[in-house]
Amino acid sequence: MKGRPLAAIVSAGLSKFGKRDGFSSRELFAEAVKEAFDTCPNLDPKKDIKALIVGNMSEAFEHQCHSAPIMSDWAGILPAPSVRVEVACASSGAAIRYGLFAIISGLCDVVMVGGFEKMTNRTTLEATEYLAMASDFPLEQWNGATFPALFALMATAHMHKYGTTEEQMALVAVKNHHNGTLNPKAHMQREVTVEQVLSSRIIAKPLKLFDCSLISDGASCAILTRPDIARKYTDTPVYIIGSGHGTDAIGLYERDDLTSLKATRIAAKEAYDMAGLSPKDIDVAEVHDCFTIAEIIAYEDLGFCNPGEGGKFIESGAPTLDGSLPVNTSGGLKAKGHPVGATGVAQLYEIFLQLTGQADKRQVDDCEIGLTHNLGGSGATCIVHIYRRG
Amino acid sequence: MSEAAQFTIEQFYRFIAEKKIMAVKCENCGKILIPPRPLCPNCLSTSLKWIQLKGRGKLLTYTVIHVAPEKFQHLVPYIFGIVELDEGVRLPGIIQGVKPEDLKIGMTLEIDFKVDIPQTWPQWPRYFFKPP
Ligand SMILES: [Zn+2]
Repeated sequence: MKGRPLAAIVSAGLSKFGKRDGFSSRELFAEAVKEAFDTCPNLDPKKDIKALIVGNMSEAFEHQCHSAPIMSDWAGILPAPSVRVEVACASSGAAIRYGLFAIISGLCDVVMVGGFEKMTNRTTLEATEYLAMASDFPLEQWNGATFPALFALMATAHMHKYGTTEEQMALVAVKNHHNGTLNPKAHMQREVTVEQVLSSRIIAKPLKLFDCSLISDGASCAILTRPDIARKYTDTPVYIIGSGHGTDAIGLYERDDLTSLKATRIAAKEAYDMAGLSPKDIDVAEVHDCFTIAEIIAYEDLGFCNPGEGGKFIESGAPTLDGSLPVNTSGGLKAKGHPVGATGVAQLYEIFLQLTGQADKRQVDDCEIGLTHNLGGSGATCIVHIYRRG
Repeated sequence: MSEAAQFTIEQFYRFIAEKKIMAVKCENCGKILIPPRPLCPNCLSTSLKWIQLKGRGKLLTYTVIHVAPEKFQHLVPYIFGIVELDEGVRLPGIIQGVKPEDLKIGMTLEIDFKVDIPQTWPQWPRYFFKPP
């Protein structure tokens, strides 16, 4: 069998994503944790969990630094040591990777990884400003860049170089909104049409409101164990068999290629090589569709199609639920929502459901291998994981 | 310009206040660094010198921003792009003096300066691009 297990996922939990008025991130984290504990009765959380690694982007939203011990406390696992990792929107993708390191080092048999972000307590202007903090301050932010603007710059370049169209980008939104309607935890629960996407208001040309992911509240968690002890906790573990982490210059302007993210290509190669797999082996994937163009570029950088053919790939229907490689069955960041620090582990959660046959109306038939792709900022960080059904 | 000027972003903006677009050139490998840095990321040399750029280049990509952070709200909609300067380095920035429908990838732009200095950190002026 391909892919040596690096660690096992024996349980996972996800809060409802959305505008969760009145709830702070620690309460949302407790909601995710409760699901992970309830669905894993053989786990004795207080005794078994040796560490918590939690991803969160910004202390600005809730005026709260030093949040890791809070999450350990609200999960009821004190004094399990906890640490917060931050690489913008890839923060909890990084939490998975550093959870793996803790397992592989032999120091911990069982760890919790997770992520959270509370965002909707802030105005759109405030949220825009806090999110922009993940781009380069001295040249990009200082000179008026926004987050959507940086992806819009990539979209303009992609359209110019490859003839990618706004209609093709809109199809990504249509697909992910459809999938979101099949996911009760998704923030957005309604279908959109290509026409609605194209006629929505401009945020940063050519990106319109419906090309952008949602500002959401949410939390996610998963329990990782040493592969050889996984069956103590569950009959249906999912193994992590590949992990890749690419890093590039923070400024988009410093990167040679504006139509592809080198960090993704580096992370994907590392993960595929570790798993002994290639893109054609992937049965289901969760990719970082912070903007529709980001999903199109991810198809190319992950090797699901050739460079420049991402627009045609969505047009072909391949990444739809009944296509050859369903992408973002959860609804993605676009419709499930994007509480940025929660996203990486939320992607893992969806793949865990898919590979254990628990994805209900959006279940992909007979899937064995899954992939998650989590971007930080405009692509200075990318974390890819590959999973195999146990 | 003082040769002793530190290779910092602060100094880059002090030069902007003098209406100069200055970069650092690595004397070991020849790489041009903008913004300036104290350590060449290419060859790890600290043997560096300031060079003045011509401030002209070609538009690589652009967008028109309609939703902006508070301090840029008064400008919306505004054009933002990345320009590749004649010396081969790239800079992001706001583009003025051209209508969105007249923008073309590859068009020539040059740098201009807006040198009012804010009272609070960071006390940096701004540069922008415009058609020659
Ligand atoms: Zn050098």
